Amino acid sequence: MSDGRATAASVTDRVSPVTVEGAVGVAFLDATPVFVLGEEALLIAAPDGALRVPVHDGAILGIAGDGTRIVTGGDDGKLVVTGGDGVPQTIAVDDRRRWIDQVALGPDGALAWSAGKTAFVRTGAGELRQRDMPSTPAGLAFMPKGFRLAVAHYNGVSLWFPNLPAEPERLEWKGSHLGVVISPDGRFIVTAMQEPLLHAWRLADRKDMRMSGYSARVRSLGFTAGGAFLATGGSEQVILWPFSGKDGPMGKQPRLLAPAQARVALVACHPEQPVVAAGYSDGMVLLVRVEDGAEILVRRPTGAPVTALGWDRAGTTLAFAAEDGVGGTLRL
Amino acid sequence: MPDQTASSPEKIPVTVLTGYLGAGKTTLLNRILSEPHGKKFAVIVNEFGEIGIDNDLVVNADEEVFEMNNGCICCTVRGDLVRIIDGLMRRKGKFDAIIVETTGLADPAPVAQTFFMDENVGARTKLDAVVTVADAKWLKDRLKDAPEAKNQIAFADVILVNKTDLVSPEELREVEGRIRAINPYATLHRTQRSQIALDAVLGRNAFDLDRILTIEPQFLAGEDHDHHHHDHDHEHCDDENCGHDHHHHGHGLKHYHDEHMQSLALRTDKPLNPDKFFPWVQQLVATDGPNILRSKGILSFKDDPQRFVFQGVHMILDGDHQREWRPGEPRESRIVFIGRDLPEDKIRKGFESCIA
Repeated sequence: MSDGRATAASVTDRVSPVTVEGAVGVAFLDATPVFVLGEEALLIAAPDGALRVPVHDGAILGIAGDGTRIVTGGDDGKLVVTGGDGVPQTIAVDDRRRWIDQVALGPDGALAWSAGKTAFVRTGAGELRQRDMPSTPAGLAFMPKGFRLAVAHYNGVSLWFPNLPAEPERLEWKGSHLGVVISPDGRFIVTAMQEPLLHAWRLADRKDMRMSGYSARVRSLGFTAGGAFLATGGSEQVILWPFSGKDGPMGKQPRLLAPAQARVALVACHPEQPVVAAGYSDGMVLLVRVEDGAEILVRRPTGAPVTALGWDRAGTTLAFAAEDGVGGTLRL
Repeated sequence: MPDQTASSPEKIPVTVLTGYLGAGKTTLLNRILSEPHGKKFAVIVNEFGEIGIDNDLVVNADEEVFEMNNGCICCTVRGDLVRIIDGLMRRKGKFDAIIVETTGLADPAPVAQTFFMDENVGARTKLDAVVTVADAKWLKDRLKDAPEAKNQIAFADVILVNKTDLVSPEELREVEGRIRAINPYATLHRTQRSQIALDAVLGRNAFDLDRILTIEPQFLAGEDHDHHHHDHDHEHCDDENCGHDHHHHGHGLKHYHDEHMQSLALRTDKPLNPDKFFPWVQQLVATDGPNILRSKGILSFKDDPQRFVFQGVHMILDGDHQREWRPGEPRESRIVFIGRDLPEDKIRKGFESCIA
């Protein structure tokens, strides 16, 4: 049936193919897609040819990018930042060579990462802060306002002001929280749990919300432009929870778009438009318009799961890769 | 069962090494890593430094046991394993198998359950076997004072009775008898300094449904009548001397009863009704799952030409049709539970009520 999207508009002929084996993520340096490989290196997909840049001695575990720099954490215990010049710089080395498996980028050049139970923040001025968490962090995200880090872990989320000595504020919910995102207006914190569901808190009154109905653990989620919806994978369609009202998704039904036989592995929201790119476990990539569910086919299903999917900051280039090594870029 | 997508590459086998403090786990691990087998292992340990092998695929784990939010108190997973295996799989192709060494005080169940509860882990790796190293000299004492040691024996697929050079033949028979009282189904090996052929501990496929060929107790093979004639579970021993010796086994194995941890084997040659069996077994593990450590079964359903096999860890059951019953093969149903204070009468009556 996924192949039966013959009726959907297609831009597959406008995709520039990129051969990239083992990509586990994609970020951008300005408009240039940079594929992050599962091991050792970045592949900078410049228009005049791909350049492989070694960054770690082993697996690359954590990835974040903001268009001007890409931060990676490795099983070599290193935190590496690669800037616009494409030159990697080792920012930190864990003294016990623990895995650095969570990373996040903050305002004014700040960085966050975790190793074992400890969360670290390096401020834009280069000062190092660290704080032990109740259990191993499994997700990090900076809040949009104030210099504050959200750390997902077992039984909840800690909200930590790295520049203040105060104990982090704790948002509690029983269970293992494996990823965290924050709505662009800073009102809601959402975690993906070990179970196939999401949990959310409204910060103003700490009201709990639960978003369920997934067929698998949600491994990819993000807010659409302006924060109107939270787009999520983990199901055989793109599930979009409305977050524009004051109650967020409470008591509301999600939108279910782009149904397929395969599961949505990754979602990537366009930075400006209400459009979501969805990568499926059978290799299909679609652009989906939130408003009416209109679809554009970007990559036909090949059977190999999509492993990397992302937009540049301007929203003019989409890059993707799949397990079969056939990636691509689409310029709009 | 979750849908496994079409291109399902070979799953990486995972061996879990358990054993009480000082039993010889780390010695076994170092042996596995240093032998010239040409295989490369990724190793998840709880303490760096004890491993004498230089291996960049050694990962330190924190043994974070997490409860699942599914209303099931025994459904725990190892949160650290969920993350570590995800990270290790980025280096797939660099190793052939994964070994998880637990701490001496660890319960093996959360490790095993991680492979059934986390889809991502289960899609890319498979639990091969739980291997427990037991100290021939001290296990007897630990079974009295350390519930962890008892769990590790009860849970095991393979047990190494280690340090046999430090005990007399009588003491060895006694400790083996005590192990058998808890878990008659594990494969048992006598070792010194954890010396053992690697294929005895690796590549066992103990959790593979296709490999549930037999669930005979290892030491009673062919002598199953003993299991019925002796009323194991109603006879309580208050001291070790009441263990009676079954010389006719020909193994010289002493026979003990553990007061709290035991196995229960049931069989019938009458076909079962699947519409009765599944609700019954699901209800059983829902209510008694915390006490049922392991379960296995080979089942003959009425009007079903295929054998159905299942296995379980606490409340998690995994089952499937295995193959056609062979011509002449006795169509028997057998199930085994290993657990703590098992309600034998209730289980026995429940099982009998599933007869078609």
